[in-house]
Amino acid sequence: MDELVIAGRSFGSRLLVGTGKFASPAVMAEALEASGAEIVTVALRRVDIDNENDDTLAAIDRDKYLLLVNTSGARDAEEAVRLARLARAATDIEWLKLEVTPDPYYLLPDPVETLKATEILVKDGFIVLPYINADPILSKRLEDAGTATVMPLASPIGSNQGIKTRSAIEIIIEQSQVPVVVDAGLGLPSHAAEAMEMGADAVLVNTAIATAAAPVAMAGAFKSAVEAGRTAYLSGPAAAGRQASASSPLTGFLRD
Amino acid sequence: MISARGHNDSDIKTILAKRGLDGNSAFWTERIEQTGAGDVERALAQPAGRYNLDRLVALVSPAAEPYLEQMAQASRRLTLQRFGRTIRLYAPLYLSNICSNSCLYCGFNKNSRSQRVRLSVEQAVAEADIIAADGFRDILLVSSEDRQYVNLDYLAELVGALREKFSSVSVEIYQMTQAEYAGLFAAGVDGVTLYQETYDRATYRRYHPAGPKADYDRRLATPDLFASAGMRQLGLGALLGLADWRLETLALAEHSDYLMRRYWKSQVSFSFPRLRPAHNVDGLQFEHPVGDAELVQMITALRLCFADAGLVLSTREGAELRDHLVKIGITKVSAGSKTSPGGYSHEANATEQFQIDDDRTPRQVEEMIKAAGAEPVWKDWERPTAG
Repeated sequence: MDELVIAGRSFGSRLLVGTGKFASPAVMAEALEASGAEIVTVALRRVDIDNENDDTLAAIDRDKYLLLVNTSGARDAEEAVRLARLARAATDIEWLKLEVTPDPYYLLPDPVETLKATEILVKDGFIVLPYINADPILSKRLEDAGTATVMPLASPIGSNQGIKTRSAIEIIIEQSQVPVVVDAGLGLPSHAAEAMEMGADAVLVNTAIATAAAPVAMAGAFKSAVEAGRTAYLSGPAAAGRQASASSPLTGFLRD
Repeated sequence: MISARGHNDSDIKTILAKRGLDGNSAFWTERIEQTGAGDVERALAQPAGRYNLDRLVALVSPAAEPYLEQMAQASRRLTLQRFGRTIRLYAPLYLSNICSNSCLYCGFNKNSRSQRVRLSVEQAVAEADIIAADGFRDILLVSSEDRQYVNLDYLAELVGALREKFSSVSVEIYQMTQAEYAGLFAAGVDGVTLYQETYDRATYRRYHPAGPKADYDRRLATPDLFASAGMRQLGLGALLGLADWRLETLALAEHSDYLMRRYWKSQVSFSFPRLRPAHNVDGLQFEHPVGDAELVQMITALRLCFADAGLVLSTREGAELRDHLVKIGITKVSAGSKTSPGGYSHEANATEQFQIDDDRTPRQVEEMIKAAGAEPVWKDWERPTAG
């Protein structure tokens, strides 16, 4: 059985889904269902994590989905660590998507502060999944610090541009000992399939589903694409070439 | 020589002067008038969401008017992509209308006979309780220039009390010093809104004849002070009606671009305050009224240049227009607002700053947002202060 294993826990689905930007909690819940996701992210900035009646939280069935809270909005390690600790003080949260995004426009992750926060949070006992730029060395440094995954971006978050950081992500996949979750910028199911074909362990999608004209149907499309991409990766894709190679004009004489 | 190009490390005063955007510039008026359909089409063909002055000139020009629907659709797409199907909600809390300024358009003008009120911290908290009971988590503290009373100590005490009920507290008050802004930030204030009112020097002088606010340059330099004090949200705007809105939009964009480069961890938002009738200023005729179509052009032009800027609309605007504008770029609205100190507890006692035009309850505005296909967002940030 081909399962995704993160921090010792197995998941059948390789599609992680974000819960922001939906028109309503009801649409979000339907889209989560259609996506087949087992891990969903929630921004601590948006919800009252200790309030069971919070509109967003109430729409997420905790028996079905692992809640991966994120620290979006944190501008430095200190803010991220505080957000995480406050959330854990209020609930039993231990899985954390670490986002340290000081620039409010492109929301690109700060590598220095992310590493700093990771070192603190791992020691605190959090299961840390850090959102990073596609930087292979940073990935290794984070792995050394004890992260459960690395989550390199495909392109700026919410941009729907697809995989613009391909060559760096290829290196990260090649070198990583922890699961690689391609996050941010995947705008179409084909982008998600491409990441999976490259050998990513999983992908995270939010904007492309939440802001589609039909979010629930789009969630289903991403589900299929992730499964197809994974199957293709496991099937050992045929090498792509520019021409057909029917004969061996230079070495054919060896077999004569 | 006036130029639209080139970055430098000048301050905003120098940048506006160099660009010729601090006065009613014949240069820009002429350039805007000479803009043609080809310029607009080129501007629209460029990737949406990135700013340059040439592009904005085309988008605010009269030549862009036939493209308004196209601009609105592009603005909607971009806003949807960047902010999702969400609209944030906030409420203003007026603390005082005792003022040492004499802004001609304002109901709090020190020279007008008004019912003057300032709230004690306890009274302000009581007002805030009413706002919180309506579901608000994002509150904007508003005050006239009542420096003796609404000072840093007062505000810090009030913010300390409000942090239990509100996840985000911002202020829209008189100009403070950098040290005072740092004090507010430490007390838990996340954002400051401060309109230049008008970027046109001569117009500024005319409408602000006396008081601490009469100094154009000091006001222009103030966003640097609160941005450098760490504020996350920087609210900018020009009062629409005082000067040519097209030129104001260009100056506003330059100011924003400058702040975004320099204080890259803070988010700029724009407000669109069209001047409203106010106490004792009913007779005032504003020379540059901005119509609905022009307001839409300004909102969409700014969105197409600033993909991630918050675009804020208050209850100055009427219900019907607001219902439309939340679909084409606005990201944050107030609801159920009272614009006089004590207005939430006591109907129509103290003088209002201006008359509101959308008097729907927060519930009604919430329903309107849902009907527009968006989720009303009451909480968008909570600063972690312990842990």
